[in-house]
Amino acid sequence: MPREYVLHRTRTALGRTIGQPPDPAPPVRLRIPEIDLEARIASLFAEIRNLAGKTHRAASPADARAYVAALVGERSAVASNAPFLRECGIADLPTVRSGIANAEELRALCADAEFGITSADYALADTGTLVLFSSQQEARMISLLPPVHIAVVQSGTILSGLDELLSREPLPAERSSSMVLITGPSRTADIEQILVRGVHGPGEIHVIVV
Amino acid sequence: MTGAQEQKIRQTLDDANLQLAIYTATGRLMSHRKAAVAEDVLPDFQELRTQANLLKRHAIENLDHYLEQFESQVVAHGGKVIYARDGAEASEFLIDLAKKKGARLMVKSKSMTTEEIDLNERLERQGIEPVETDLGEYIMQLAHERPYHIVAPALHLTRYDVADLFTRKLGVERETEIEKQTKIARAVLRQKFLAADIGISGANFLVADSGAVVIVTNEGNGRMATTLPRIHVAIAGIEKVIPRAQDLAVFLKILARSANGQHITVYTSFLAGPRREGEIDGPEEFYVVLLDNGRTRLLADREKRQSLYCIRCGACLNHCPVYRKVGGHSYPGVYGGPIGAIITPQYLGVTHDPWLPFASSLCGACAEVCPVKIEIPKLLLALRSEVVQAKLRDTQSRIERLSFRVWAWAMRRPRIYEMLGFMGSALLGGEGWIRRLPKLLSHGPLGAWLSQRDLPRLPARSFRQLWRARRKAGEN
Repeated sequence: MPREYVLHRTRTALGRTIGQPPDPAPPVRLRIPEIDLEARIASLFAEIRNLAGKTHRAASPADARAYVAALVGERSAVASNAPFLRECGIADLPTVRSGIANAEELRALCADAEFGITSADYALADTGTLVLFSSQQEARMISLLPPVHIAVVQSGTILSGLDELLSREPLPAERSSSMVLITGPSRTADIEQILVRGVHGPGEIHVIVV
Repeated sequence: MTGAQEQKIRQTLDDANLQLAIYTATGRLMSHRKAAVAEDVLPDFQELRTQANLLKRHAIENLDHYLEQFESQVVAHGGKVIYARDGAEASEFLIDLAKKKGARLMVKSKSMTTEEIDLNERLERQGIEPVETDLGEYIMQLAHERPYHIVAPALHLTRYDVADLFTRKLGVERETEIEKQTKIARAVLRQKFLAADIGISGANFLVADSGAVVIVTNEGNGRMATTLPRIHVAIAGIEKVIPRAQDLAVFLKILARSANGQHITVYTSFLAGPRREGEIDGPEEFYVVLLDNGRTRLLADREKRQSLYCIRCGACLNHCPVYRKVGGHSYPGVYGGPIGAIITPQYLGVTHDPWLPFASSLCGACAEVCPVKIEIPKLLLALRSEVVQAKLRDTQSRIERLSFRVWAWAMRRPRIYEMLGFMGSALLGGEGWIRRLPKLLSHGPLGAWLSQRDLPRLPARSFRQLWRARRKAGEN
């Protein structure tokens, strides 16, 4: 059996025996700086803009709705089932489809839609990153297939960085089969190291903080 | 070094355009890295390197434990783990799976491990179509070449090469604008993503406490390949396992920075098992293939074991004066540069590669930039000494073979044998022991052999002489 073969060879190479407990692991290293909300928002926006993402600070849910409405206009969009998008009234915009729970239907919609609109579970200030867990509210495809991704983030979910995220979520797998970190638009530099945005994922990203 | 390799090196050195391409690309990666790990940008970079080294050492020294923990967590989240001794076994699993599920089209996210085991060729032979989806890898697949660099596979090609390739292989009109070339690839590959039955990925990390596969990409192909097809298969070397999800706080900060100066890649996917109850999308089946392919051989070597810490950032390639001249296709196997010189012979199952460890100026740049602090020059030196030892052993055994041939030849010729014996007893005859040879014979292997041993002196008269004397006496 390959399993026994590989494990046996591993143990033999290391001089370990079956079921031998591991040596004590080096302690977890997480450094969480104290940064106030305004500074976190400023950093988040600066990082996203650095990566050619667009940012908008919405004073209210209605403001967020107005921003999205202006952006989308008459074009097609798919919004996730996040309650916050409904609260903002984004899910009811005329060209926005939302409330889809069927994977095949969602796939067909996302393959054609111009915009994908999601919430985010967290945002990371120091790298300009969005954190999305796959769930009943958030599908994976909406932030991936359409050429433009709009994320509506609640200011309270903005963390200082990766360390704070992993201290809040020490075991992401307990919560979802997929946690994705998104930092700026999809990009490549595979030909002559020239930067091109929008390869497979969205080439444009808008982050709205409410 | 094989003749083909030598020729490849000469070609690379003589090609001014290629020299410029390698020099510029690696130079740019170096300067981006330098800016991203600068003191004012990442003050604790050195601390992170130390921690990364400690974590990798711990994971490798307790690898069997973490493999089993990883496996049980994958299973707990509804996935399956398959162990593979080598590339053939890993491929067989995929081929069987494809047959069982009626799958013909597979999309692949960038993976050096699948390059290592020639997965594409093995699948193609079975009538399965594997499609590379990272732009650089896709270009390499169309060109039937292997990646030139761990993180920049098509580093050696220009936009004009790509234009020709696309025209020839995709039947599109010649397009030399890079942005439009990217759009062409996007359109072709989008259809493949939507039609594929199985998505194959590698893994940057396997997280033991979560049973998760972590994949970092910039283009989004990693997410596509693990979201759209009904089945996701990750193929990873056993050394990729790290203890905890929280350890990613260390590794994710240094991986992209060391590779190309990004603070973090655009996408980092943390994937644990298939789609769960209530989740809308994601694969229905989730498999992780854990590959040995020579890794346990490296593991058994206390010193070289640390080469398994490698997180494939490519920094040692960019900083290596030899790689920067000879390029990525001059090395045997898919891993070039300093780290490749150490791991390739083990993965290929060759004990000693006579030239690889010498393809280094031992300037130490690789060790200085390695984010997990692998002592690459030290390992290269150890490999050099192994090569020299092996050569020495080879010479000695050749002398031994030669001596026995002379011996056998003389034994079959009694006259000559007797004459040699005569000379021997004249030279080394007498009573007692031979402790040392005459000066003339004391060098070389015979002298070395005698330095630990004594020989009885040759008797004044040989057996044959005595026999003849006795017979003569009897006759009389």
